[in-house]
Amino acid sequence: MMGKLLAIAIGSAFINNVVLSQFLGICPFLGVSKKVKTAAGMGSAVVFVITLASAVTSLIYKFLLVPFNITYLQTIVFILVIAALVQFVEMFLKKKMKGLYNALGVYLPLITTNCAVLGVALKNVQNSYNILESVVNGLAVSVGFLVAIVIMAGIREKIEYNNVPRAFKGMPIVLVTAGLMAIAFFGFSGLK
Amino acid sequence: MLVEVAMNKAGERLYNGIIKENPTLVLMLGMCPTLAVTTSAINGVGMGLTTTVVLVMSNLLISMLRKVIPDSVRIPAFIVIIASFVTIVQLLLEAYIPSLYSALGIYIPLIVVNCIILGRAEAYASKNSVILSIFDGIGMGLGFTLGLTLIGMVREILGAGQIFGFKFIPESVDTLTIFILAPGAFFVLAVLTAIMNKIKSRAGKVTGPTADCSELCAGCPNKDCMGRSER
Repeated sequence: MMGKLLAIAIGSAFINNVVLSQFLGICPFLGVSKKVKTAAGMGSAVVFVITLASAVTSLIYKFLLVPFNITYLQTIVFILVIAALVQFVEMFLKKKMKGLYNALGVYLPLITTNCAVLGVALKNVQNSYNILESVVNGLAVSVGFLVAIVIMAGIREKIEYNNVPRAFKGMPIVLVTAGLMAIAFFGFSGLK
Repeated sequence: MLVEVAMNKAGERLYNGIIKENPTLVLMLGMCPTLAVTTSAINGVGMGLTTTVVLVMSNLLISMLRKVIPDSVRIPAFIVIIASFVTIVQLLLEAYIPSLYSALGIYIPLIVVNCIILGRAEAYASKNSVILSIFDGIGMGLGFTLGLTLIGMVREILGAGQIFGFKFIPESVDTLTIFILAPGAFFVLAVLTAIMNKIKSRAGKVTGPTADCSELCAGCPNKDCMGRSER
């Protein structure tokens, strides 16, 4: 049991990193990675939402979609649940946990259309994970995202001072960096 | 006369989507599928056309309902419409083109969160007539297909020595396998955007796309919050 959970965790966080090998969540990965501080904020908000969303969507799948035999509606149901969940989390944090809201609040609305959230929910179903495994998978995937976006932001802060060829300024050099990071993450496949 | 004006407008929509505001190469929208499924040219075409179908259908319905949907709940309404069409297309692909269905896998349901579709719904279909919205969808969809096919072709030639499955480099020559793996996607897109930057700066316009969220997700309904987060 523990062994399987550990395998899921390592596999999702590093070997099949959500950004660098699955290409989910590319938009925030490229867009919100200018400074380490904002990257860490975005990453933490994603960890929070994906873990919660994995738990909720797998509960809904098991106790609502499967008994009523409407699993083909999963895409519609999941995206609505995620959008509602994000709104709800934002309201809850605003009312009850001011400190956390100040740290993560601005990133929350961005996360609804982050394809990593829906991607993880669908992957959990596809791999027929049970609820505990889904939560562990969600946590691992999002930690992988946090690691990748923070490393990316660290590198981009350094690139600011480098002499980049003019055509490669801006987006292209960031994509090259992401490619090199993806090669580095191939190293983790030895962990299998 | 009226017909001519309408034709011109429709043609302008097509040109706009395919060349001027090409979603992949100029606006850089919908990056997830762009990088993920372009391991071969045929996958790029498949993904592009699937997205085109969803885009045209959702533009059509949203344009028809634009006076019915209240402004305050428009985003959830758009998402439900898009998700319904994605589900229909997914079931059709599973039934009739199973090879494409298995090649694209999880990225078919993820068309729902593709920035391009919600972006066009919000920026165009919810404000314009049905016919023009359809042409806008076709133009944007073909532009997306073009971008994906281009990236897929480059990756397939470099990584597998073939094009649309036709092998033209002899077996004895080693191909650069890295280009059909994950890092290759980033490298090919980096070079293509660098070329676009070069062309743009030649044409005398300001420097090309930067990784600003505002530009990256222009047309995405979330771009306002994007700006907020960087402040």
